[in-house]
Amino acid sequence: MSMAQANHGKTVRKLVFLVVGMFAFGWALIPLYDLICEVTGLGGDTGGQYAYDPADQRVDRSRLVKVNFITNTNQGMVWDFWSDKGGMRVHPGELNEAVFYVKNTTGRRMVGQAIPSVVPLTATEFFHKTECFCFESQVLEPGEEMAMPMRFIVDADLPDNVQSISLSYALFDITELSGSQELPEGSSTDTLGGD
Amino acid sequence: MARLVVGFVLALVAVGAGADELNMTPGVTEISRSIFDLHMLIFYICVAIGVVVFGAIFWSLIHHRKSSGQEPAQFHESTRLEIAWTLVPTLILIAMAYPATQVLVAMYDTGGEDLNIEVRGYQWKWQYKYLDDDYNSTIGFFSNMATSQDEIRGRSEKGEFYLLDVDEPLRIPTNRKVRFLITAEDVIHAWWVPEFGIKRDAIPGMLNELWTIVPEPGIYRGQCTELCGKDHGFMPIVVHAMPEEEYDAWYAEKLVAEEARKEALSKTFTEDELMAQGEQVYSTYCASCHQPNGKGVPPVFPAIDGSAVATGPREDHLNIIVNGKYGTAMQAFGKQLDAAQIAAVTHYQRHSWSNNTGDVTQPRDVIEFTASQE
Amino acid sequence: MSEVVVTGHAHDDDHHDHGPDKGLARWLFTTNHKDIGTLYLWFSFLMFMIGGVLALGIRAELFQPGLQFVNPEFFNQLTTNHGLIMVFGAIMPAFVGLANWLVPMMVGAPDMALPRMNNLSFWILPFAFGMLISTLFMEGGGPNFGWTFYAPLSTTYAPDTVTYFIFGVHLMGASSIMGSINIIATILNMRAPGMTLMKMPLFVWTWLITAYLLLAVMPVLAGAVTMMLFDIHFGTSFFNAAGGGDPVMFQHIFWFFGHPEVYIMILPAFGIVSQIIPTFARKPLFGYDSMVYATASIAFLSFIVWAHHMFTVGMPLAGQLFFMYATMLIAVPTGVKVFNWVSTMWRGAMTFETPMLFAIAFVILFTIGGFSGLMLAITPADYQYHDTYFVVAHFHYVLVPGALFSIIAAVYYWLPKWCGRMYDESLGKLHFWLSFIGVNVTFFPQHFSGLAGMPRRIPDYALQFADFNMLSSIGAFIFGFSQLLFLYLVIKAIRSGEPATDRVWEGAHGLEWTLPSPAPYHSFTHPPKVSDAEAHS
Repeated sequence: MSMAQANHGKTVRKLVFLVVGMFAFGWALIPLYDLICEVTGLGGDTGGQYAYDPADQRVDRSRLVKVNFITNTNQGMVWDFWSDKGGMRVHPGELNEAVFYVKNTTGRRMVGQAIPSVVPLTATEFFHKTECFCFESQVLEPGEEMAMPMRFIVDADLPDNVQSISLSYALFDITELSGSQELPEGSSTDTLGGD
Repeated sequence: MARLVVGFVLALVAVGAGADELNMTPGVTEISRSIFDLHMLIFYICVAIGVVVFGAIFWSLIHHRKSSGQEPAQFHESTRLEIAWTLVPTLILIAMAYPATQVLVAMYDTGGEDLNIEVRGYQWKWQYKYLDDDYNSTIGFFSNMATSQDEIRGRSEKGEFYLLDVDEPLRIPTNRKVRFLITAEDVIHAWWVPEFGIKRDAIPGMLNELWTIVPEPGIYRGQCTELCGKDHGFMPIVVHAMPEEEYDAWYAEKLVAEEARKEALSKTFTEDELMAQGEQVYSTYCASCHQPNGKGVPPVFPAIDGSAVATGPREDHLNIIVNGKYGTAMQAFGKQLDAAQIAAVTHYQRHSWSNNTGDVTQPRDVIEFTASQE
Repeated sequence: MSEVVVTGHAHDDDHHDHGPDKGLARWLFTTNHKDIGTLYLWFSFLMFMIGGVLALGIRAELFQPGLQFVNPEFFNQLTTNHGLIMVFGAIMPAFVGLANWLVPMMVGAPDMALPRMNNLSFWILPFAFGMLISTLFMEGGGPNFGWTFYAPLSTTYAPDTVTYFIFGVHLMGASSIMGSINIIATILNMRAPGMTLMKMPLFVWTWLITAYLLLAVMPVLAGAVTMMLFDIHFGTSFFNAAGGGDPVMFQHIFWFFGHPEVYIMILPAFGIVSQIIPTFARKPLFGYDSMVYATASIAFLSFIVWAHHMFTVGMPLAGQLFFMYATMLIAVPTGVKVFNWVSTMWRGAMTFETPMLFAIAFVILFTIGGFSGLMLAITPADYQYHDTYFVVAHFHYVLVPGALFSIIAAVYYWLPKWCGRMYDESLGKLHFWLSFIGVNVTFFPQHFSGLAGMPRRIPDYALQFADFNMLSSIGAFIFGFSQLLFLYLVIKAIRSGEPATDRVWEGAHGLEWTLPSPAPYHSFTHPPKVSDAEAHS
């Protein structure tokens, strides 16, 4: 019996180790998932800021890719949110710019955060942004309007069967999440969580 | 056991015959037909395997019973058999995977579209926005279920398209490649039109895409297929596929109407017009929670009849309708309804049941209110 | 969660000479595996009844088109709690109860390895489910977001009671983890001399693998609900797109738990059926080794197929193809099992007592559920099946005539050993036929309503689905009420059944049948000799 008991202690220790390990694994799925998203474009995540070097980019003049922009505000977000154009036709490899606008239509100070998403998913890893308002959140005073340029390059290696790319921004109200009441006026906060 | 056999054979015959109520719709698009063929192929393979396996079981059940004086055999392994019934199913699976892969690859062939439509899921309705060649949003509207609470609660006869009818269907042209850009406002929904063979989740903050080419004009119906809260069962999808010229004419007309709608915002309506329009808006947007009689379902959905808000200062009333009430089921209608609709429904709520505030709310009052918020 | 676990492995007391305590104290403080097994089984039956009442509420509402009995909000609470209670309250505790009763007797051990932890892991459950069920009576209602609780419906848009739900899930998880540790320790360390791993009865084998699955995925579920808790109360954004999180990630984590979870509910059933069929076919189980390997392969595959629940979420083509192929592969080991059972029956000398009837029905109906599962694996076709009643029909075929029938079969099969008395055979057969007809009338038509396009989780439906829903509701009431007959049968057997012999069944083999009937309160205080007749050789 005492032999069995000694064994129990060893078995239980190993199994508890497994349980703790799997609990940790559950949490590790989050960075892991972000990594997989970034590598594969799963979830339409367009990745962070892209370091643009014109020398790296071969501009493909023979090809035009349609890029369209979709701006939406999520439930509870009452700001106006629009872009200067619905979309554009671009040559892969070229640096392009579009301007987006937000306006705080309310009488209180609010913080907004735009979340990007790209389809088709195969295009995500070929869509690079050198500058984007989605890298940070926006703090707007009552009635304030803000113009936000977004610069992007469609990679020249974009697969041939992709002819159009849609880029959507969903604008969320994160005033509560970011606890903006304590923010110094006019500052931008970093995004919460990874992008 | 005999019952099962009979039931199974009956089902097989029925499905084989392609009876409407029993089987998947073959649909009208090339994709939906290839899905249907795939479905039937796998079904028949399963039936064939089933006949062999169940046949062996029933043969055993009948012949290998103790009551018929059977002596039990004692064999309990056979490597050759084990290998056979591992390999053969694997080969069958490969035979199934091949056509399935082909269909899937075809479905992923996006691009080259003639028309883009943004589809947005809301609790509990769909919004459609049409994009022109330069991707500017031209017209947009909400598509709400048109079935009345009376039909649902059994107070009146249920119509032919009970729960599958909307106030304004999505219209698309036939024979053109239509690309749907799908997303959601609040929780996850799913947009499904069975006869096109397409279904995709609408996820807040994320974009999804689908495409279809519909060769036959007609009205096609589907439903939301991801649990999205209380009225998940009450947000149908209706797509009216129109011949190309007819669609173009409708679209042109709609563009004109859009201009007119914008004009209506500056009009002054009579009280009767406001009440009539307001009742319509109320029954579409408000009645499912606050009830047609304005009594609500306290405490979750407060009454409007006699409420402090609907009989108090108009600013507070407009504020709740336009901005919603945070943390409750009361959503902000500022985005879904235009100023004319908000004016009408506000006026209606303030002058219905026991409410009678005596004021008149015009579209310009609503515009002023939203402007004053800034 | 983990700190609770380590407390349990105290020194077990070796007072094997006394019988059970008297009265309530016996059940509250018992560390006896048979008592705890009994508690688990009665608890799961109670949960089965509650979950069943919720199911009948659903079927009553769906009897006709239109809303007759419940409002849509409450309907969602019915479906959600039906799912949660049946999965976590009925099926899983019933299997743990069977393991408690049978594993020590089957491997020739005196008790479970960690008897005090055993007591704790049971007594957590009434609190967990008390908490969950009480939310139904709170303001704002209970969980209404489906048993899969997808974010953000279960976070940002959830009723306030979601916090109780989260704690309930934590407690259930803790209970399952402790139960699994106990079962693994018992199997690994307490087998009688000569009972090598490859001589163990298949029920023990399948439970060993199931316990490992539980230990691997219950912590992941605990992690998922903890993240929900943080999102709801502490302003984090794991699943909230606004803060940089991703609601789709919730689904990945959930199904990483959820898919192994469905095998947790079917592997012990495979074990039970593999015990029962050889007994009544009077012939050894065909392909014992391949059964063990097939179970292990199914367990392994269950970790790499989770995203087949998410084909419509939007994934790159390569991802869709991978999950489709991996899912189809599961058909191979599952097929091996079915072929082995059929070969076991082949040229046997079968008799058809109630446990055998349920076991045969299991093989046939589970196979039908397997077929629809294979159809669901085909991604393009899944776009049409996803979230329709076809899916509902599929998983009820593997869980009701699958998992549940195996549990009922197990109760009929081992009840005489447990209480020393036989059940009423002709009433047992009546119970079988009512259940068999009820289950098929309920769930077979759901294949058709699903293919015709009826979405799941809706409180009301379009008119073309009316006939099949009415049929389905009638079947559900037949099935539901015939389970009262089961209750009556079990009570009758315990109180006044005919005395059972020690061997009970002519063809039964295994150490548990070498004990007297009823099995003494403390059995195998000295390790038994494992003869070839009583173990697989």
